[in-house]
Amino acid sequence: MKSSSLSSYPIDFLKKLLKDMLLIRRFEEKCGQMYGLQKIGGFCHLYIGQEAVAVGSIAALDLNRDYCLTAYRDHGHALACGLCPNGLMAELFGKATGCSRGKGGSMHMFDITKGMYGGNGIVGAQIPIATGMAMRFRYKKEKGVVLCFFGDGAIHQGVFHESLNLAKLWKLPIVYICENNQYGMGTDFHRVSAVEDLSIKGAAYNIPGKQVNGMDVLEVYEEVLSAVNQAKEEGIPTLIEAKTYRYKGHSMSDPGKYRSKEELESYKQQDPILILKNQMVDAKILTEEEYQSYDEECKNISNESVRFAEQSPEPSLSSLYEDVLA
Amino acid sequence: MAVMTMVQAINSALETKLKEDPDVLCYGEDVGVEGGVFRVTENLQKQFGEARVFDSPLAESGIVGTAVGMCIAGLRPVVEIQFCGFVYPAFNQILSHVARMHNRTRGRYRMSMVIRFPYGGGIKAPEHHSESMEALYAHIPGLKVVIPSNPYDAKGLLISAIESDDPVLYLEPKKIYRAIKQDVPDEKFTIPLGQAKVMQEGQDLTLVSYGAMIREAQKAVVMAKKEGYSIELIDLRTISPIDRETLAQSIRKTGRVLSVTEGPKSFGVGAEIISIANEEAFLNLEAPPTRLAGFDTVPPYPRGEGWYFYPPERIFYEIKKLMDF
Repeated sequence: MKSSSLSSYPIDFLKKLLKDMLLIRRFEEKCGQMYGLQKIGGFCHLYIGQEAVAVGSIAALDLNRDYCLTAYRDHGHALACGLCPNGLMAELFGKATGCSRGKGGSMHMFDITKGMYGGNGIVGAQIPIATGMAMRFRYKKEKGVVLCFFGDGAIHQGVFHESLNLAKLWKLPIVYICENNQYGMGTDFHRVSAVEDLSIKGAAYNIPGKQVNGMDVLEVYEEVLSAVNQAKEEGIPTLIEAKTYRYKGHSMSDPGKYRSKEELESYKQQDPILILKNQMVDAKILTEEEYQSYDEECKNISNESVRFAEQSPEPSLSSLYEDVLA
Repeated sequence: MAVMTMVQAINSALETKLKEDPDVLCYGEDVGVEGGVFRVTENLQKQFGEARVFDSPLAESGIVGTAVGMCIAGLRPVVEIQFCGFVYPAFNQILSHVARMHNRTRGRYRMSMVIRFPYGGGIKAPEHHSESMEALYAHIPGLKVVIPSNPYDAKGLLISAIESDDPVLYLEPKKIYRAIKQDVPDEKFTIPLGQAKVMQEGQDLTLVSYGAMIREAQKAVVMAKKEGYSIELIDLRTISPIDRETLAQSIRKTGRVLSVTEGPKSFGVGAEIISIANEEAFLNLEAPPTRLAGFDTVPPYPRGEGWYFYPPERIFYEIKKLMDF
């Protein structure tokens, strides 16, 4: 383990990281179930396996003033930013009580009061948007930072390169986090990337790049925190490649036939939740019973979110024309 | 002859052209190993090799931009974009280069490409996964826009599109990718671009549609028949260039026209059909040329879908209004 020993962290902080990851895991499992029951329509991209990236990174933010943006695999980031699971599930159900009032669905979770500036259904679309938001901090001379999450597919979009150039040129406080879960839909990233180490892509713009183990929440936290501080204090943007893995298909309609069972199993052995849990148990700051009670709590919260969503009203017909123009 | 879904028919068209013409290449994200997001290109890489059917990064501007270069160099690329709502990063390439390169070089370059993408709603997904933006492309001179409504047409039209020296945007109604099965010849056949098809002859009203809405229109025609109305149903098949002649002849005969399309109503394909009625059949009109289309908003997430897309009952209701005018 690259991160410093557990003893340097407050126990409550470690427990929060663990609980946040567990909640994402249980919530996402519930989403999968509800999709299977056709309660959730359209497309639904689960975050299971990648929990340490969102939780570790977002723990480095001050959500009262910093911004977080991501793409369509956004339930995990929303939960890590502290959005209420009830509002998220209701959004997935397309109900009026959803965090986007039932009009956005899985890919469009927003709550600007919690620093969550949204998912986005278009691959790479959030990268220049996040870059523009970072301009605000610089222009207003405010201390804040933008975390911009995207995948190994999005890094090949032209806007990635345009944005990194501007971020460096304008000295923007932004941390680009490429969640490399190895597959752009069904395409192994090696088949479409000229380089294996995606973190070197910042080099053309003189932006520092780092690879981190995205299955280790503390390593993610430490690297992102150091990049966040550098961004806030010195206006230096960073590109971080978090090596991670999604256990489920690209979306619920993807059976994931492009990878072997053995590969999937080998990543499950490096499960981000188990890594932290085992470290904490070894350090005698967590008991198996405590862990079970957290797990129970997260399952209950997820069940409650379904109940809330089920009982919520549907958006009215007239809401179709709401918000088309200001 | 084999029974095919639309997905299989499009695959068969691609196979036919890949076999026949070594200049034809297929690429896009997931197109090679995986066979595309909707499995339209399944097995084509196995059959024709990685040099001809291959994966690209999900970078639409790059996908279409390189296709422009391939056309200039004499190839016939058939590229896939995953959804209609994902085309926009390539919009600059399409408008500025794909549509104009032929004209800009006074005919020296031919943009012999096909850009394929699924479009349309009815799959319970919001905005960019459900939208129908054919009117955007139909508005651009230099492009052809084709939308099949059944497996047979899908194969014949796609082969024509690949053989066309003009760039063709080939929009595939994903809602009915697997909903209709039909006898489709295994061998090569073509359906000319720019020709609408009169699916059913009638005397009282011309109903014009295309793509997934044809199915709904057909149901409305049956409902109308029970009420004693004789409806002429036209499947446009090629949106641009639009088949003015077929439309004009039909509207002159029936004196009434109703279009049914999915995209937002204002400035859409329906408006063009109404213009044709006014320009070509004004003195024959018995009722105001009318359009049914999506609302002027983004396609909603599932709860609003039933309102946004037209069920046959609402098409029939509109037919009745025009008949009673």
